[in-house]
Amino acid sequence: MQTQKAVFKGILLPYLLLLPQMVIIVVFFFWPAGQALMQSMFMQDPFGISKEFVGFENFENLFKNPEYLSSVGISFTFSFFVAGTALTVSLFLAMSASHVYKGELVYKTLIIWPYAVAPVVAGVLWMFLFNPTVGVVAWLLRQMGVTWNYLLDPIQAFALVVIAASWKQISYNFLFFIAGLQNIPNTLVEAAAIDGAGPTRRFWTVIFPLLSPTTFYLLVMNIIFSFFETFGIIHQVTQGGPGQATNIMVYKVYKDGYLGLDLGSSSAQSVILMIIVIVLTVLQFRFVERKVEY
Amino acid sequence: MKRVSLGILCFLMSLLLFAAPIEVEFWHAHGGRLGEKVVAICEDFNRSQSEYKVIPVYKGSYYDTMTAGIAAFRAGKPPHILQVYEVGTATMMAAKGAIKPVYQLMAETREPFDPSVYLPAVTGYYTTSDGRMLSLPFNSSTPVLYYNKEAFKKAGLDPNKPPKTWPEVAEYARKLVQAGYKGGFSTAWMSWIHLENFSAWHNVPFGTLENGFGGLGTEFTFNGPLQVRHIQQLADWQKEKIFVYGGRTNKGNVLFSSEEVAMYTESSAGYAGFVGTCKFEFGVSMLPYWPDVPGAPQNSIIGGASLWVMNGRKDAEYKGVARFFSYLSKPEVQADWHQFTGYLPITKAAYELTKKQGFYDKNPGTDISVLQINLKPPTPNSKGIRFGYMPQVRELLDETFEDILAGKVTAKKGLDDAVRKGNELLRQFERVNR
Repeated sequence: MQTQKAVFKGILLPYLLLLPQMVIIVVFFFWPAGQALMQSMFMQDPFGISKEFVGFENFENLFKNPEYLSSVGISFTFSFFVAGTALTVSLFLAMSASHVYKGELVYKTLIIWPYAVAPVVAGVLWMFLFNPTVGVVAWLLRQMGVTWNYLLDPIQAFALVVIAASWKQISYNFLFFIAGLQNIPNTLVEAAAIDGAGPTRRFWTVIFPLLSPTTFYLLVMNIIFSFFETFGIIHQVTQGGPGQATNIMVYKVYKDGYLGLDLGSSSAQSVILMIIVIVLTVLQFRFVERKVEY
Repeated sequence: MKRVSLGILCFLMSLLLFAAPIEVEFWHAHGGRLGEKVVAICEDFNRSQSEYKVIPVYKGSYYDTMTAGIAAFRAGKPPHILQVYEVGTATMMAAKGAIKPVYQLMAETREPFDPSVYLPAVTGYYTTSDGRMLSLPFNSSTPVLYYNKEAFKKAGLDPNKPPKTWPEVAEYARKLVQAGYKGGFSTAWMSWIHLENFSAWHNVPFGTLENGFGGLGTEFTFNGPLQVRHIQQLADWQKEKIFVYGGRTNKGNVLFSSEEVAMYTESSAGYAGFVGTCKFEFGVSMLPYWPDVPGAPQNSIIGGASLWVMNGRKDAEYKGVARFFSYLSKPEVQADWHQFTGYLPITKAAYELTKKQGFYDKNPGTDISVLQINLKPPTPNSKGIRFGYMPQVRELLDETFEDILAGKVTAKKGLDDAVRKGNELLRQFERVNR
C-alpha cells in the first residue's frame, strides 16, 4: 500500500524543518498584521497613553472622507496604467527578442537590468531627468515648446510616476514573457503560417491565447507591484502631489501613520490594503492555478 | 600578600572606572556637517566633566527621529533626550506622563536654572502660557529673504537696497524678468513662510485661542482676508513669472542657487548651504510685508526643533540631562553653534557674545534673523503656533497651495476648504488626547 509514499520516522523532524519558515511567517506577517487589525479598532494618541475602543469607526470615517476615496480612485487608475504600460511594452520587447540574432544576450541583459534597481533609486533617476530646473529631458521638452512643470501639473506628475514605475516592472515581465514564449511549440506557429496566417494574425490567434496564463499571472503581480512597491518612487518624485494627484493608498498610509502619527486611521487603511491583496491572491489561485498549465 | 592587595586595588579601580560615567542617550536628526557638530558638542561636554556621558545617536529625518522616540517609549525604553521638530510640539505636550518638562527636570535635579536668560522669542514657542519651559530649544531658525546682488546690478537695481514690501518685490521682480531672469522670486516651505510666519508678521491670527497656546479646543482662522489676498496674489504673480513655485520643503533652493530667480525666501539656517552652492554674492534681508496693514511688520516666528526629556529613566540619569542642558545654554557653546549653523542663539548672552566677537560685521546678514524675531514684543498672534496633527496640516496646506497655484481653485475656496479639513483634524486630536 505505502510503497510510493515517503515516510518520515517520527513527527519531530518534519516539524523541525518547518519551524524556521513558520517563525518567519509568524514574526514578519501574522504578528504585524494582527497588530494592524487590532489598532484599526482603536483611536489613540501616538504614545498609546489614552486608548479608546471604537469598533469600525476608523473605517467609517475613511469611507466618509472624500480624500480617502479619491486616493482609492487614484490607486486603481495608477495601477491600470502601470500594469497596462509595463505589460504591453515588455510583451513587445519579448516578441522582438525572438528576432534578434546578433547580440541576443546583450539585448536581454540590458532589458533585465532595471530590475536590479531599487524603486527609490529609480525614482531619483527619473526625478533628475525630469526636474524642471536641472533635468535633461525637461530641458529637451522645453526646447520642443512643452511647458514642463510636474511640480504643479497633476497630469504630468501622474505620467512621470507611471513611466518610472512601469520602467521598473518591465524587466520582470520581460523575463516571464520570454520564458512563456519559449514554451509555445514552434510547430503550432509554423502550422498557422503554412495555413496562410500573417504575423499579426499568428500573434493574436495562436501566441497570445497560449500566453494568457503568463499574462494573467503578470497582471496580478503588476497590480500588486503598483499598489505597494511603488512607494519609493512616489516618495522620491512627488510625495503624493501636486495637490493629491499621486497620493496612492500605500503612500497615504505612510503619511497618516508615520508623518501624522494617526495610528488608528493608518492601521484601518493598512487593513483595507491587506484585504485587496487577499482578494487578488485568491483570484489568482482560483483562476490561474486551476485553468492553465505553464 | 602585597601582590594580592595590589590586585584587589586594581580590580576596585577598574570597577570604579566602569561604574562611572552615567550614560545619557540623545536621539537627534542632524546628519552631515551638522551631525558632526552635534557629536563634537557632546564630546566637549563629556570631556568637561567625568560623571556623565552623553551619547548622541543619529536617527534620520525629523519624522524618523520622532517616530523612533515614540516607538521606544511604547516599548518601555525611551532615550533620555529626544529632538522633536516644532510642529510636533503639540503632540509632545499632550503626552503627559511620557515627557518630563524642562522646568520640572531642573527643579527635581536642583540644577540652577534661570528662564529669564533665554530669548523669549525663541523659548516662547516651547513655553506654556504661564511661562513654564517645556522643552529646550536647540536649533531654531526663522525665514528671511535672500537676494542675488549681482542680478540686482544687472537689472539696474541697487544691490544694497533689498525690497522691503511685497509691492516692491513685485516691482523688482518685473525688472529682473525684463533683464532676462526666468522668474522674479520663489520660496521654500510655503506653509511655514507664507502662511504661518506671514500671519505672525502681519499680526493676524492663524488659529483661535492664541494660535493654540490656550488649549486643545482651538480652530484654524488662516482663511482671513489678508491671508487669502496674499496667496491669491502669489497665484496671480505666478502667471506673470514674478513668482515661481519651486516645490515642497526646500526643494526650490536650486532655483536660487542656479540663478533662475534672484529673490528667495528660506530659513535663516539655509545661509551656510547658499554660501556653498551660490557662485554669486547674495544679501540677506527681512521678510517683505504688506505696507497697508497697520502694525506690520510685527515679528516673525521660529521653526526648527527642540529637545524633549522623556520620562521613565532613573533619577540619577536625569541629573546628567540637566547638566547637559545647562552646558548647552552656556554663552560660548550657544554662540559657537549659532555661528557655525546659522540657527538662532537661545540666550541673550550668546547673541551679545557673537556681536562682541565681530561675527555679524564679518558675515553681513547673519543677524537679520535675530533682529527679525525680536522686532516687536510678541502678541498672541506672533508667539508661535501650537496645533495638534500639525504635520498633517502642513501636508494639507502644501496640497492646497499646489491646487491654488495650478489654478484649480481660488485662494479663497482653497483656504476655506483647508480650514474645514484642518478643523476636523483638530477635533480628532482633541478626542484622542482628552
